Amino acid sequence: MEELDLARWQFGITTVYHFVFVPLTIGLATLVAIMQTIWHRTNDERWLRITRFFGKLLLVNFAIGVVTGIVQEFQFGMNWSEYSRFVGDVFGAPLAMEALAAFFVESTFLGLWIFGWEKLSRRVHLMCIWMVALSTTASAYFILAANSFMQHPVGAEWNEELGRAQLNDIGAVLTNPTTLAAFPHVITAAWLVGGTFVAGIAGWWIVRSVRRGEVEKARTIYRPAAYVGLIAIVVSGVGLAITGDQQAKVMYEQQPGKMSAAESLCVGQEAAPFSLLTLGNLNGTVGDPDACDDLVHVLSIPGLTSFLATGSFSGEESYVPGTNDVQEAFAAEFGDSYGADMQYIPNLMISYWSFRLMIGFAVVSGALALAALWTLRRGRVTDSPWFSRLCLIALPAPFLANISGWVFTEMGRQPWVVVPNIGADGDLDIRLRTADGVSTVVSAPTVLLSLVAFTLIYGALAVVWLRLLRKDVLAGVPDAAPDSPDREDTADGEGTGSAGDAAVKPLDFAY
Amino acid sequence: MDLATLWFLLIAVLWTGYLVLEGFDFGVGMLMRPLAKDNTDRRLAINTIGPIWDGNEVWLITAIGATFAAFPHWYATLLSGFYVPLLLILVALILRGVSFEYRHKVDTPRWREGWDRCIEIGSWVPAFLWGVIFANFVRGVEIDGDMQYVGGLLAIFDPFALLGGAVTLSLFLTHGAVFLALKTAGEYQQRAVALAARLAVPSAVVTGVWVLWAQLAHSRNAWTWAVVAVVAAALVGVVAATRARREGWAFTSNAVAIGLLVVLVFGSIFPAVMPGTDPATSLTIANASASPYSLMVMSWVALFLVPVVLLYQGWTFKVFSKRLSRESIPPQPSELAAAAAGGEQAPTAP
Repeated sequence: MEELDLARWQFGITTVYHFVFVPLTIGLATLVAIMQTIWHRTNDERWLRITRFFGKLLLVNFAIGVVTGIVQEFQFGMNWSEYSRFVGDVFGAPLAMEALAAFFVESTFLGLWIFGWEKLSRRVHLMCIWMVALSTTASAYFILAANSFMQHPVGAEWNEELGRAQLNDIGAVLTNPTTLAAFPHVITAAWLVGGTFVAGIAGWWIVRSVRRGEVEKARTIYRPAAYVGLIAIVVSGVGLAITGDQQAKVMYEQQPGKMSAAESLCVGQEAAPFSLLTLGNLNGTVGDPDACDDLVHVLSIPGLTSFLATGSFSGEESYVPGTNDVQEAFAAEFGDSYGADMQYIPNLMISYWSFRLMIGFAVVSGALALAALWTLRRGRVTDSPWFSRLCLIALPAPFLANISGWVFTEMGRQPWVVVPNIGADGDLDIRLRTADGVSTVVSAPTVLLSLVAFTLIYGALAVVWLRLLRKDVLAGVPDAAPDSPDREDTADGEGTGSAGDAAVKPLDFAY
Repeated sequence: MDLATLWFLLIAVLWTGYLVLEGFDFGVGMLMRPLAKDNTDRRLAINTIGPIWDGNEVWLITAIGATFAAFPHWYATLLSGFYVPLLLILVALILRGVSFEYRHKVDTPRWREGWDRCIEIGSWVPAFLWGVIFANFVRGVEIDGDMQYVGGLLAIFDPFALLGGAVTLSLFLTHGAVFLALKTAGEYQQRAVALAARLAVPSAVVTGVWVLWAQLAHSRNAWTWAVVAVVAAALVGVVAATRARREGWAFTSNAVAIGLLVVLVFGSIFPAVMPGTDPATSLTIANASASPYSLMVMSWVALFLVPVVLLYQGWTFKVFSKRLSRESIPPQPSELAAAAAGGEQAPTAP
């Protein structure tokens, strides 16, 4: 394989891997913060136990999320040094802001939260988990602003002499319409992961507890916990639909090739249907005007693609361009630079199916929410085996939806690493092909070495992660609240006692 | 002072923060096994850095992110050119990071043994390689006309750089021992104090030799002689303070020595950010930096956020400033079970 392909595979693998853990951290941190707030407000010890149970799971996940994130910070320069030179002036800013404004906060305050149950006052300790939840969310915002610049460069000008994009408006970069559309979508998707995780685990425990004869525990512990997750699913489900629709419209405006590829729409049309199943050769022979001739749309919803793209189901204003139109337009615009054979449309098969899988997997969480809200209505619990099974089946679904969504977004960007902004606010000189962004001094065997190293280590860690989550889930919510989280407020930061204290009290938590 | 120079200084500050703070994390990781008599001792060591190591590591992420933002060419040349050592560091940091959280999750010796090894790899490897990389900065590297590093892998590991690796390694070992002496109580602390005194001398010698070598052979600025003098004084201070069992002073002196080492590295390459063996191809503050607008934006951000970070990280250190002893470490279930079994057996054994 060429160095370019290896570098792309490596970025894909490490990023997808990172994004298994990230949405769970963002979603679960927020839900744990909510659980702890309920405890703080009601003083009901059940909520303390629930908080600590899910808090444990959060920590297992956080650790692996952090270490896989470190790699990302280095990878741009290691494998994509030419890209880094081209966009560093713009791209580096949100990255550095993310570190300064979010990473410091989350890592410091998570340490305080983990070890601070006894050392901090209840109020300050609660603030710590909220700081973690907010900063993980903020970090998503900054990194999405960076990513959105690659999808739709704004706030920058082309510097001919230095051959790079230069920042000229940080406000424009941070309020890029692409960012404003992507951020709520990604955050609600993270809540969907967190909500499904909490609801799935609590739901599964409801059935298990009832079967063990612990109906009381199912009703008083796991049912309320499940509701926190279920509410999160409902809120995020509505949010995802709204933000997804908005994002689709933004995308059709900014990257028509990406969305047309997702619909396997080769020829532009009015009242374009949304296809649920397409047969034929979706193998990505892009740019060939006849490529789509043998595609058969088996199941489609009339006019829906037009609605997603333009807001109208039919009529002139519902016209959406096909991939062939886009290819032609781009070839006319950039043919001088890249030659006549350059293909401007992403792989159709991946675009088409990742888009559908994203929606399909998200629906599984919705199904869990509907089933659970009905089964658990008005104080009920259940011992139904199918409910237990549904809970387990639903657990991986939102993770897969997230991965599919990102595969769609990122592979739909090809062949660009910085997509030319074809809108009125764009500078067409700010564009870079993926092939031109890769490091020139790094040999293919070196990239292969790191690809293999990361894949093996990540693979092994994934097994450990699953094993530890399983272990902690199976332990369940403890029957009694932990001995000692301070009932009375102590002074902040108390604990500077001398070494010579007569009786040393063991730490409330120790590694 | 122009903004590019300011960012050169700020990146030096970020590296100082990283190496001073992670320095003792690495030291604790390297000394976790040698200083321990049993699992409780190991956990004692890990828990001295438990709440803070992650925040300490973010200084690295920020230094790298700031380099990307302020000097894109430096970022691109450094990371693509030093690919293999950075890959090793990344692998080490991955293993170390999960170890702290995962080590205590399963209560078997075999499980702990595996993660202990990861903590050791994750501490020894970066402690050595960061020194190698910084020594390369000081010495200068082969860069071509397109700002690409073309020196190859072997040139990264020449004697000067290897000695530079020994410098960070030995300084961090001492730093870790002093930190443990400062953060623990009881018999364990006595061992840490004794070890710190033993480690201080070789680390002072190795560092002294390298610092002189760097100054005589490679420094591009005469004023760095002043830094050399203060580094030497700080190293003497570490030796004296560890002998006198004044761990607070020893820690401060060693932190100063590490911090000034960064000052020496950055001071001796200024105004280059990555000096070329042929000065004409050096990456400098002028030719590697981002645009003035970008630097201005980042300056405002840093101006507001860095003090805040220092404030809450300082507060965290205060919250967890209490010394730990073996009694602070709650026993794991297996130890409780063993104690219970031992208690029952006691009457039958004469």
